Amino acid sequence: MSLEILVATILTIITAATPLVFAATGELITEKAGVLNLGVEGMMLTGAVTGFATVFFIDNAVLACLAAMAAGMLTALIFAFLVLGLQASQVATGLALTIFGIGLSALLGQNMVGIAYAGLPKLYIPFVSDLPVLGPLLFNHDALVYLSLALPLAVAWFLYRTRAGLILRAVGDSHDAAHAIGYPVIAIRYMATLFGGAMAGLAGAYLSLSYSPMWVENMSAGRGWIALALVVFGTWRPWRVFLGAYLFGGITILQLHAQAFGIAVASQFMSMLPYIATIVVLVLISRDPTRIRLNAPACIGKPFHPAA
Amino acid sequence: MSNRHSTDHQEQDRQTSVEEERAINGHATTTPLLALSGITKSFPGTLANDHVDFDVAPGEIHALLGENGAGKSTLVKIIYGILKADAGQIAWKGEPVVIDSPNTARRFGIAMVFQHFSLFDALTVVENIALGMDEPGDMAALEARIEQVSHSYGLPLHPRRHVHSLSVGERQRIEIVRCLLQEPSLLVMDEPTSVLTPQEVEKLFETLRRLSDEGMSILYISHKLDEIRALCHRATILRLGRRVADAVPSEETSRSLAAMMMGEELQGEARPPTATVGEVRLRVSHLSLPAADEFGVDLKDVSFEVRGGEILGIAGVAGNGQNELTDALSGERPSVSPGTIVIDETECGLKGPDARRALGLCCVPEQRLGHGAVPDMSLAENSYLTAHHRMGLTRHGIMRSDARDTFADRVIDSFRVKCNGHQSQASSLSGGNLQKFIVGREISQDPGVVVVSQPTWGVDAGSAAAIQSELIKLAEAGSAVLVISQDLDELMQISNRIAAICAGALSEVIGIEQATVEGMGLMMGGASLEDTHAEA
Amino acid sequence: MLRLERRPQNSRTMMYLSPVFALALTLAAGVVLFSIMRVDPAEALYAFFIEPLTTTYGITELGVKATPLILIGVALAIGFRASVWNIGAEGQLTLGAIAGGGVGLALYEVEGFWVLPLMLAAAIAGGMAWAAIPAFLRTRFNANEILVSLMLTYVATLLLSYLVHGPWRDPGGFNFPESRVFHDAATLPIIVDGSRLHLGFALALFVVVATWVMISRTLIGFQVRVIGSAPRAGQYAGFSQNAIIWLTLLFGGACAGLAGVVEVAGPIGQLLPSISPGYGFTAIIVAFVGRLHPLGVLLAGLLMALSYLGGENAQISLNLPLAVTGVFQGLLLFMLLACDVLIRYRIRLRTRSAT
Repeated sequence: MSLEILVATILTIITAATPLVFAATGELITEKAGVLNLGVEGMMLTGAVTGFATVFFIDNAVLACLAAMAAGMLTALIFAFLVLGLQASQVATGLALTIFGIGLSALLGQNMVGIAYAGLPKLYIPFVSDLPVLGPLLFNHDALVYLSLALPLAVAWFLYRTRAGLILRAVGDSHDAAHAIGYPVIAIRYMATLFGGAMAGLAGAYLSLSYSPMWVENMSAGRGWIALALVVFGTWRPWRVFLGAYLFGGITILQLHAQAFGIAVASQFMSMLPYIATIVVLVLISRDPTRIRLNAPACIGKPFHPAA
Repeated sequence: MSNRHSTDHQEQDRQTSVEEERAINGHATTTPLLALSGITKSFPGTLANDHVDFDVAPGEIHALLGENGAGKSTLVKIIYGILKADAGQIAWKGEPVVIDSPNTARRFGIAMVFQHFSLFDALTVVENIALGMDEPGDMAALEARIEQVSHSYGLPLHPRRHVHSLSVGERQRIEIVRCLLQEPSLLVMDEPTSVLTPQEVEKLFETLRRLSDEGMSILYISHKLDEIRALCHRATILRLGRRVADAVPSEETSRSLAAMMMGEELQGEARPPTATVGEVRLRVSHLSLPAADEFGVDLKDVSFEVRGGEILGIAGVAGNGQNELTDALSGERPSVSPGTIVIDETECGLKGPDARRALGLCCVPEQRLGHGAVPDMSLAENSYLTAHHRMGLTRHGIMRSDARDTFADRVIDSFRVKCNGHQSQASSLSGGNLQKFIVGREISQDPGVVVVSQPTWGVDAGSAAAIQSELIKLAEAGSAVLVISQDLDELMQISNRIAAICAGALSEVIGIEQATVEGMGLMMGGASLEDTHAEA
Repeated sequence: MLRLERRPQNSRTMMYLSPVFALALTLAAGVVLFSIMRVDPAEALYAFFIEPLTTTYGITELGVKATPLILIGVALAIGFRASVWNIGAEGQLTLGAIAGGGVGLALYEVEGFWVLPLMLAAAIAGGMAWAAIPAFLRTRFNANEILVSLMLTYVATLLLSYLVHGPWRDPGGFNFPESRVFHDAATLPIIVDGSRLHLGFALALFVVVATWVMISRTLIGFQVRVIGSAPRAGQYAGFSQNAIIWLTLLFGGACAGLAGVVEVAGPIGQLLPSISPGYGFTAIIVAFVGRLHPLGVLLAGLLMALSYLGGENAQISLNLPLAVTGVFQGLLLFMLLACDVLIRYRIRLRTRSAT
């Protein structure tokens, strides 16, 4: 394989992994606080369409990303209000959020289907970006890619090095104990859920502004669900989740390069790979219940209603 | 960054020592450290606290005594700011104050050790302690302080251990050390001894007396009369949410305290029935079962027999394999070979709960809601849950709802379950009533063997007495009854023979006439019978 | 401020009223939505919810659309009662269509009354096989059935796409990705002349009644409810959680597979790359709105079918985008979940608390 193909392959892995990093890391924080939000797919789509609409109307990439995050947070807020405020089932509400997000994004994006966008600007750093091999590999990405690299670092630091992170983990481990000591369980869970929404929105923005810069209905194609699986795969640790996202990025691009390697398999079968890989990975991680129990936040998915 | 924190600590230390001095002065001038007046708190359907007044003097160990449901826990939650009183005043060092959150309580210098620990299993000891402090500062410094404080008070702890790997006694140490690090002027302890062996209790009391000598006030909540007489300077007695008496426990007898606590309900002490012992109905031989996961306890070579007509009691501190033993007996976790469990001469070690129930073994698990009963289902459906087979409530796979309702009504009537008929949802019943229903449901199936785990845990005194007498009646009628309980007093009252379980292993079984509280305490701590004789 | 106060006992009244409240709130939200879209709300709501029912044909179409929703909704309701979250009914539906349709294509122009039953049986088997994967992985490896069943949906869709683009493409179809049109013996009989209402609707009604008896009257149904509500209590009673997981997933797969074949052997008449507008997902809403009760699912299925019909009608008459249907469906589920708080809680005005 020539050097150019290798570089191109690595670049596609990065672009395929980046949205997963955002969505999965956001969900990681949400789940660490004890909330299971199955609506990642819906939040991503809402973020994607909002981001695209913003560049379409205002043509400002930064605002587009912020708008996508805000949209993700808004949908996460609906979810949070239902499960935290009204004690609705987290599983059912997460599914509702996905269904709603698919419908809402399709409605909002109906007039933008098929319009292309130039894509997010690459950050050009004089001299280093022009280096052979290393330049395109390391120094010629858009800002979101760099942000996605910093995100696990920041989240790991937050969770394991700050008091706020300790409190977040405590709330996810035992909401009753946290409440008894005097921590505002519900408020902390709201914030964690909103962060998850913002990251899912940003993941959506990356899809519609950079990965394939246009709006297509249902364009997340199950990535929200894969992100959920990645959190389990990473046993709720930021760096393992990050690693998982890149692993999946690698699998995703296999389908793109299969023909290049002369593999004569129908494209549909190659496209199945990420989904089948998700199942395989889930099975590998889940078959040891002790490992899940030791790593999963103990209160995940359980409703909290402080005794009167 | 760490510098700033350590200065904060020094300041905090100075401040606390000043507070301590004030506290000691306060003792001399008898301004109470904490004074409550007219505290009232109601929940839908109950008045938990009804105009309660009492005060705690500096340096005093003050008991709050009452039965389950007397309103003790509600009161301490109000003091610690978890609950808000509907009416009444709280004064701290003579000043009226509002305690609206645990944070406020801690700022005043109130620390609390909960009955059900507020610990985080997935976190380490030092993380747990840091969470309970307002200004934990640098983690490394905190670790050092934990080591120092825990050793100087005889409560050794490893700061980096994860809580899920600790014993119940060690977990309580975390709570106490967490409180001590705050150098509080008032330490509130809610039923601290229910999870300890008698020997551990004695050690705890030594620590508490030392703290009191150093000027700390302790509010000690319990329903155990002997403990209060041994430890506390003064006692406030609550009944049905009201303060009914004050007492100096050392001047009272257990009986006079009990009379104040229980009012007219006081009954004569139940005596062990003179059992006419029949055939062996349950035989457990060399039952070993690895724990289901690393949070559980392995059962190690457990062997015993229960004969028709007798009650065998198994004592033990919580978390020593009681739940595992109950599950192994009920069939929820089948054992590895058929011969380990024999019911009426039929081997059934590999059989499931259904088959064992068919053979006559009925079981009452420790946890009522969610294990012994389905919270969201009616009592009728809950009676069908375990009785569908023995009572013939199913025909050709179809539920016989009339027969089911009749059976539920019979249980409700004969066990005096207070509810709105068999349509009542299980979760709407009080703990005592639901327990009466579950025990009643199992006993009404005419079982040859009954296994009951924690029959009266968290149950009001009236229901507890009723349940105990039903168990005695059942044994007298020829069934074999096995009672697994944390409440040693209860077992001493109702058992014919008794044993202790510790770390998944069962002690020798002894006749009740040979059993003493001290001896049982040692056995609950894992000592063999010979050891207990040697120590005695 | 509002405050939630736990009811001592779940309210049965609210259990039935909640969907009504939710529907009212959804319609109110619809008024707002249409106003934002600058459409007369009265006109739009009429086009959505009334106009489709003004003709006999419209009413039979309601049955056509409701058939897969009811079939799948009933099965999902049973699963949800047992806390088994089969989210992949869409994939099981697709596999049912592939298996049943495959039999139809293999027996192309073979006459015989047995062709159709064979197709239905193959579809049921196909759906069950697809659902058996999450059941096996959950019971054997503890893998989350939500994610597994959902991932399999994408796999199923791609499989169908491969088949109609490749081996099963109609040789005389000008290279369009479509299979041959099923011949008569492989097509469901119509039960109302002049309409598309087919035998599948009758099958769906039968499944509703059978499931109702099963869940409310039998020991098996009782086990399903206990395992879902309190798994430890089920274990204590001697019920096997794994058996219930298998049972509910296989039942879900069977019903979804059946729904898939009645679509392709009914109104569609051939295999296409896309054979369902998301019936498998909408059925989740149907199950919840129907209170996880077979009779409720019947009503909810008709309601949700109306939202599809209304969406198509509003697209034609008012030029409204089809996506409005999806928004309505999502909103309805949100509103329902919100209103369900009233079953377990009372809403009280927060009283000033004395200290």
